[in-house]
Amino acid sequence: MAEQKPSLPVVENFSRRAAVKGAFATLGAGAFVAAVSPLRQAAKNSTAAEFMQQHYQELTAEQKAEVIARLEEEAKENYGVDVQIADDRPIPNTKFVYAINLSVCNGNGKCVEACHKENNHDRDTNQSYIRVLEMPKGTMDMEQGSTTYSGAVPKDDKFYLPVQCQQCDEPPCVDVCPVKATWKEEDGIVVVDYNWCIGCRYCEAACPYHARRFNWKQPTVPPEDVNPDQSYLSNRIRPVGVVEKCTFCLHRTRRGKLPACLEACPTGARVFGNILDPDSSIRWILNHKRVYILKEELGTKPAFFYYFD
Amino acid sequence: MSSLTATPSENESHITSYPKFVGRSLWLATEGSLAFYAWMTMLTAVFLVGANAWANQVAGGMIGTNMTDQVSWGLYIANFTFMVGLAAGGVMMVIPAYLYHDRKMHDVVIIGELLAIAAIVMCLMFVVADLGRPDRFWHLLPLIGKFNFPISMLTWDVIVLNGYLLLNLHICGYLLYMRFLGRKPNPTWYIPFVMLSIVWAISIHTITAFLYCGLGGRPFWNTALLAPRFLASAFVSGPAFIIVAMVFIKRITGVGGLDQPIATLTKIIRVTILINLLMVASELFTEFYTGGSHASAAKYLFFGLHGKTALVPWTWTAIGLNLTAAALFLWPGLLAFRWRPLLVAACCMAFVGAWIEKGMGLIIPGFVPSTLHEIVEYVPSQLEWKVTVGIWAFGLMVFTIAIKTALPTLKNPAKY
Repeated sequence: MAEQKPSLPVVENFSRRAAVKGAFATLGAGAFVAAVSPLRQAAKNSTAAEFMQQHYQELTAEQKAEVIARLEEEAKENYGVDVQIADDRPIPNTKFVYAINLSVCNGNGKCVEACHKENNHDRDTNQSYIRVLEMPKGTMDMEQGSTTYSGAVPKDDKFYLPVQCQQCDEPPCVDVCPVKATWKEEDGIVVVDYNWCIGCRYCEAACPYHARRFNWKQPTVPPEDVNPDQSYLSNRIRPVGVVEKCTFCLHRTRRGKLPACLEACPTGARVFGNILDPDSSIRWILNHKRVYILKEELGTKPAFFYYFD
Repeated sequence: MSSLTATPSENESHITSYPKFVGRSLWLATEGSLAFYAWMTMLTAVFLVGANAWANQVAGGMIGTNMTDQVSWGLYIANFTFMVGLAAGGVMMVIPAYLYHDRKMHDVVIIGELLAIAAIVMCLMFVVADLGRPDRFWHLLPLIGKFNFPISMLTWDVIVLNGYLLLNLHICGYLLYMRFLGRKPNPTWYIPFVMLSIVWAISIHTITAFLYCGLGGRPFWNTALLAPRFLASAFVSGPAFIIVAMVFIKRITGVGGLDQPIATLTKIIRVTILINLLMVASELFTEFYTGGSHASAAKYLFFGLHGKTALVPWTWTAIGLNLTAAALFLWPGLLAFRWRPLLVAACCMAFVGAWIEKGMGLIIPGFVPSTLHEIVEYVPSQLEWKVTVGIWAFGLMVFTIAIKTALPTLKNPAKY
C-alpha cells in the first residue's frame, strides 16, 4: 500500500474496507459471545474462592478450615442438607489392607449398594466404587466373567469376584496425573483432591482395575439420602467434571470404624485391617491362607488380596 | 506482489515495526475474493456451532458426550492424536528443504510449518474440549500450578506440543517479518530452530504415543510398535494434506513452483504408506496368531466381540482406504498432470484412512473390552461431533489465514 502513489480513491477505499472488516469482526465477536453464553451459567455455580483454591497439600490449617466451611455451605445451598466435612488424616503406624474370601462371597451385591449410599454417589447413574464379576468356576480369566448378572445367587457353577480400588503400592493412576491431584497417603490410601483435579481422565485410562469414576454430571442425591458424615478426601459430594475413587471409607476407617462395604456384607467374606498390627485378623489371613492379587504381572502391588478357603 | 514489503526507515525500532508487520499481515490475510469470504464465513459459522456445543458441555457436564467410565476417552482424544501426527507430518517438507537442500521445497517449506501451527492449535483445543474442568486449566501451568514432571507423560506432552508451537511460530514469524522489512534473514536466527524443529517434530508424536503405550493395563496400546506406527502414519497424513493444500493453492492463487514439491511428497508417501501397512500387518499377526485375551481388543475392532460390532465398519473402511491409497501411490503414472484429481483422491483416502486408524481405530479399542472385560460400546454423540467439527473449522481458518499471510513469500520466493 505504502509504495503505491497514495491517491485519494485508494485511501477512501482503504477506510471503507477497514470499516467493513471492523463491522464483520464485531459481528463475529458478538456471535462468539452469544455462542458461548452457556458458560455464564457454569460460572454462576463457581466462586472466585473455589477458582483460586490451592492444592490440598499446600493449604494451611486456616485455609483448610475456610475451604471446608465453604464446601459445607455449598452442600447446604445445593443439596439442602447440613453436612459435616472433616479432614481425616492417616493414623500413624497404620497401613490398611483388604482381603476377600471368594469361597464365601455369594455375589449378593450388598457391598455395592452400601458403597453407593455411604459415599454419596450420584443416584441417577447408580454409581458405586465396587463391581462384582460373576465368574464360571474353573477359570480366573475375567473375560469369562459378567458384571451384569441377574437372578438368584449364588449359582452352583459360579463364583463371585468383587473388584474395587486395589490401593496399589505402585499406582499407575498416580503416576500419570499431570497435576498431582491424586496421591498415596501414609496409610496406603490413594486419594483425590476433587478441587484440584482437572478432569483429563488419564488416571481412568491408566487404572488396570476400573477403580476410578468420573463425574459426568453434577451428582444428584435427595436431601434425605445424603450421608452428612463426610470427609474432604473421601465421601463429600463431588463436583461435576472430576474423578473420584474408593478411599477405603477413610472417613470411617481413620476413625477406627470399618469400611461400609465390609459392614454391609452378610457373608463375612470381607476382612479389613492394619497390616502393621501383628495381632490383626488380616495379618493372620495373609500368613495362613493362600492369597493372590489381581493382575500381579502388571507390577502395581495391590494392597487388596483374594483367597479361597 | 510486494505488498507485504514496507519501506521502513533503516533504523526503525522493532518495537514500532513489528506491530506494523502484524497489522499489515492481518489486513492482507483478510483481503480476498468473494469465494474467500464465503469460505471464511462458512468456517466461522461451523466454528460457532462447535463453540456453542462446547459451552453447553461445560455448563451441563460431560454427560452430553457418549463417553462412559468404561470408554473414558472418545472422539476428542482420537482427533487430538491424529492432529499431533498432522503437525509432525509437516516436517517431511522441512527435511528435504533443509537437510537435502531441495531448492524448490525450500521455497514453499513454510506451508508445512504453517500447517504445524494450525494443527497444534487444534490439538490444544481438543485437549481443552476433553477436560472436565477447563476452568482449572491453570493447574497445568508449570510454577503456578502443580506440574507432575517428569513422571506424567501428559506433562511431557504439554511441553513438547507448546514448544513445537513456539518453534514454528518463531520460524514462520521471523522469516515473514524479515521479508516485511525487506531484509535477508540471518541464518543464525532461524536455521538452529529449524534443525531443532525436525527433532522436535519426531518428539511430539513419540511422546503422544508414550501416553498410551506406557499403560500396562491397556494391552491394545501396550506395544513398543506404537510410536513408530504413529510416526509412519503421520508421515502419510501430513504430506497427504500438504499435497491437497498445494494443489488448491496452485489453482486458486497461481503460486508456481509447487509441482516438484508435490512430486517429492508423493515419493515420500510411497514409502511411508508401505511402512505403515507393514507395521499394521506385524501388529495384527502378533495379536491374532498369539490369540488369548490379549487379542480381544483387536478381535473387537476387526470382527466384533460377543455380538458388539460398533467399530467394525470403521476399521474396515480404514483398511480399504489405506490399501487403495497405497495401490494408487505405487502406480508410477499418478504424478502425471492429467491425473491430478486422482492424486488428490489418493491423498484424501490416505488422510481419512489414517484419521480412522489413529482415532476411532486406536483410542476406542484401548477401552473395549474394559479392564474388567466389560464390553461397553461407544459411538460419539451429536454434541461431540459438533465440537469436533467446530475445532476443525477453526483449524482450517487458522491455516487459511496463515497461508494468506505467507502468499507474497510463496509467490515470489526470496532469491538468496
